Amino acid sequence: MKAFAELYSALDATTSSNAKLAAMQQYFSAAAPEDAAWAVYFLSGGRPRQLVPTRLLREQAIALSGLPDWLFEESYQAVGDIAETLSLLLPQAEHSSDEGLATWMENKLLPLRGLPPEELMERLPTFWSQLDRLSLMVCLKLITGSFRVGVSKLLVTRALAALADIDSKRVAQRLVGYTDLSHRPSAEGYLKLIAAESEDEHAQRGGQPYPFFLAHALQQPVDQFETLLGPAENWQVEWKWDGIRAQIVKREGRLWIWSRGEELVTERFPELHSLTQSLPDGTVIDGEIVVWKAPVIETETAQGFTLDTPAPGTPDADTPSVQPFALLQQRIGRKTLGKKILEDVPVVILAYDLLEWEGHDWRSRPQHERRSQLETLITQCDSPVLLPSPVLTGTDWLDLGKQREASRSLGVEGMMLKARDSMYGVGRTKDMGVWWKWKVDPFSVDAVLIYAQRGHGRRASLYSDYTFAVWDGPEDASERTLVPFAKAYSGLTDVEMRKVDAIIRKTTVEKFGPVRSVTPTLVFELGFEGIALSKRHKSGIAVRFPRMLRWRLDKPVAEADSLATLQDLLS
Amino acid sequence: MDLVIARPEGLYCPPGDFYIDPWRPVERAVITHGHGDHAHTGNQHYLAAAPGEGILRQRLGQDINLQTLEYGESITHHGVKLSLHPAGHVLGSAQVRLEYEGEVWVASGDYKVEPDGTCEPFEPVRCHTFITESTFGLPIYKWAPQSEIFSGINDWWRENAAVGKASVLFAYSFGKAQRILHGIDPSIGPILVHGAVEPLNRVYRAAGIRIPETQYAGDFKKTDPALRQALIIAPPSAGGSTWMRRFGEFSDAFASGWMMLRGPRRRRGVDRGFVLSDHADWPGLLWAIENTGAERVMVTHGSVAILVRYLREQGLDAQGFTTEYGAEEDEVPATPEPTGEATA
Repeated sequence: MKAFAELYSALDATTSSNAKLAAMQQYFSAAAPEDAAWAVYFLSGGRPRQLVPTRLLREQAIALSGLPDWLFEESYQAVGDIAETLSLLLPQAEHSSDEGLATWMENKLLPLRGLPPEELMERLPTFWSQLDRLSLMVCLKLITGSFRVGVSKLLVTRALAALADIDSKRVAQRLVGYTDLSHRPSAEGYLKLIAAESEDEHAQRGGQPYPFFLAHALQQPVDQFETLLGPAENWQVEWKWDGIRAQIVKREGRLWIWSRGEELVTERFPELHSLTQSLPDGTVIDGEIVVWKAPVIETETAQGFTLDTPAPGTPDADTPSVQPFALLQQRIGRKTLGKKILEDVPVVILAYDLLEWEGHDWRSRPQHERRSQLETLITQCDSPVLLPSPVLTGTDWLDLGKQREASRSLGVEGMMLKARDSMYGVGRTKDMGVWWKWKVDPFSVDAVLIYAQRGHGRRASLYSDYTFAVWDGPEDASERTLVPFAKAYSGLTDVEMRKVDAIIRKTTVEKFGPVRSVTPTLVFELGFEGIALSKRHKSGIAVRFPRMLRWRLDKPVAEADSLATLQDLLS
Repeated sequence: MDLVIARPEGLYCPPGDFYIDPWRPVERAVITHGHGDHAHTGNQHYLAAAPGEGILRQRLGQDINLQTLEYGESITHHGVKLSLHPAGHVLGSAQVRLEYEGEVWVASGDYKVEPDGTCEPFEPVRCHTFITESTFGLPIYKWAPQSEIFSGINDWWRENAAVGKASVLFAYSFGKAQRILHGIDPSIGPILVHGAVEPLNRVYRAAGIRIPETQYAGDFKKTDPALRQALIIAPPSAGGSTWMRRFGEFSDAFASGWMMLRGPRRRRGVDRGFVLSDHADWPGLLWAIENTGAERVMVTHGSVAILVRYLREQGLDAQGFTTEYGAEEDEVPATPEPTGEATA
């Protein structure tokens, strides 16, 4: 545990990728394989579910430290991280445990899940007394499922590849699914990650998916596309769907569905299980899971369209089409999917790529060839839940740009541009071809900051999380109030954030725990990706991915936007 | 009768008609120590502890009207008996003991309870009312012994020197810098300092404090091989400035009590944070308060509301005093004060 804690500390202390790589290589080359297996799991984002309820950890820290509850709470507010707070307040100990990460996880921490509180209250202090402060903090982060450190999966991949002296794409391939909850890291599994490449590795194993190929943002104006990308006819253009990116793997008579986060989500989409029959073995499809049904015309307006009419049209009650992401969200987090939700929110997969066909890895074949085989497959399959993501055609980039203007009304985020002769890469690589996402500009409104809360981690003790409001009436209304509608905490530079923090402290009206209400003086342009009606919000509106686009120093509070502006965006 | 009250000019002693660490110009000012938030210019008369004279004259002007007292020596002014006692914060730092009609108050300015070898250690003074700071007034702040911190700094310096990297350590130029210089192992390599640090080193050396030999960093060329082995002590304001370019490849670190927490450490953007403070940690504050035997405690700058509430729950009569010292209530400095004066 101590070695892993020291690795955490080394990774946390630097922003240099090379220093991080070196720290990981040093750790991996010294660690026992079973410990390294768990380290890879945590570093590449794996998180077991919370092992001990936070409430219980708090109670225990309060009891052991002899502090009053309120003082614990104040301390937590200053620190901004529960594991760190606990590690600072629990009694300090000399480090006495020489057990590695794997022993800690398997013999000590994982068995904690589900234990009765009395048992936990007895067992936990015996753990605390073996760990120094750094190891204690890391251990608590593992327990609370909040372990995060600034390394990307790509960097972990590179560290392992360097250690094993093999291609990092090969390691990426082997790592797919490694952090899924069903996977238990093991020495054997780790040794496979860093094993020398073998001939038969190519033959696919079980439900293992391929690393997703990820797109890069394209932000240049359309009139430069010809220069940047060449003629439009060399590109396969599709809508950019607002759904869940997924790979469908069909092998050995079985079906697996993987999300972009490399989580196995097969059970969450029962309506896709019929593909077990329709798809031949040795098939892997990349696509987007979306809600697909006929809109209820009375309440919902021109969102969505059919695949037969990829241009904006008037949806009717009989033709099914893509529905807003908000609907999909209703079923994402659910453990059990009732009959009603399956009827109300049915999904299909809009397929856009074919990664494996007849048991062969097709990723190094050109895009157009994969696409053409995909279309043949979809036709043969004739499944109501497997549809092609339509290819859009235009005379040139300007023409495509015009078509893209319909994105909002169609419920898509913009377009995807894929070079017709490019291979299917790994992650964000660019050497095998590039996918561009050409997104439409976000919605934006000018909103007023009314509440602020201190941030976490790096921003602990800075007021960095804000609640924004718009007016409930026009500027000339005799009486109007500010209605909160969104929270945002990203988009400001560190310098701006410190300035805002200082203003918040000066203009505080009231404090409620960690939250301060302020005299409204700050106006920001907020951007967001989607907007929908919501019963849960006071404003009656929910927005997606809100963030600050810029600080409107030029705009007085009275000139901020009103609810009417938001309502206009809904239609 | 209250021997000290908070006035817009600063902490004021009504029967004695003088101020303690006033932030606006007054007739008579008793100065606890030379940091910029406690020692201001423009006062007619100054009174301070003798070991701090060099510092005060260096910072406020050689010609200030300054009277000094040895620690423990007393004078009487308008019937108020006043004496100064070591606060263990920086060279010349003092607690102000006031006695009037049988009532004793102690104003402690800033203090630290661990002896550090660069100034007289903190001495608890019995009193009825104790005025305490609260910079690190939360139980999350608990300092390790300074010997551990110094060996951490030595190790970091040695590791850097081994790979030919300069070691730049940011520390406030008055107090913290000298404490580090006094505590580290000077045999590891050459020690360079920023121009803001050296004048204070001279004052410390003149006071008989052991400060190893230091060289002015500005005299070195980027190509000088000595830099690859050097420790450079600079005020936080030098971080990110063009002044840093001369060091080529370097590792940087910051020495401050705020480095206790990961957030401020990460925000600072340095490679290492060394938890080293001139202020008392939470156990230190409570220990100091207890050892004065005071039943009444007035809390200034830092976590005022928190310490007041805690002390009240312990049965003491505690109240907050609004001052302009240090950072505002609950405010962890996100950026170093550009002057590098308010210490941590």
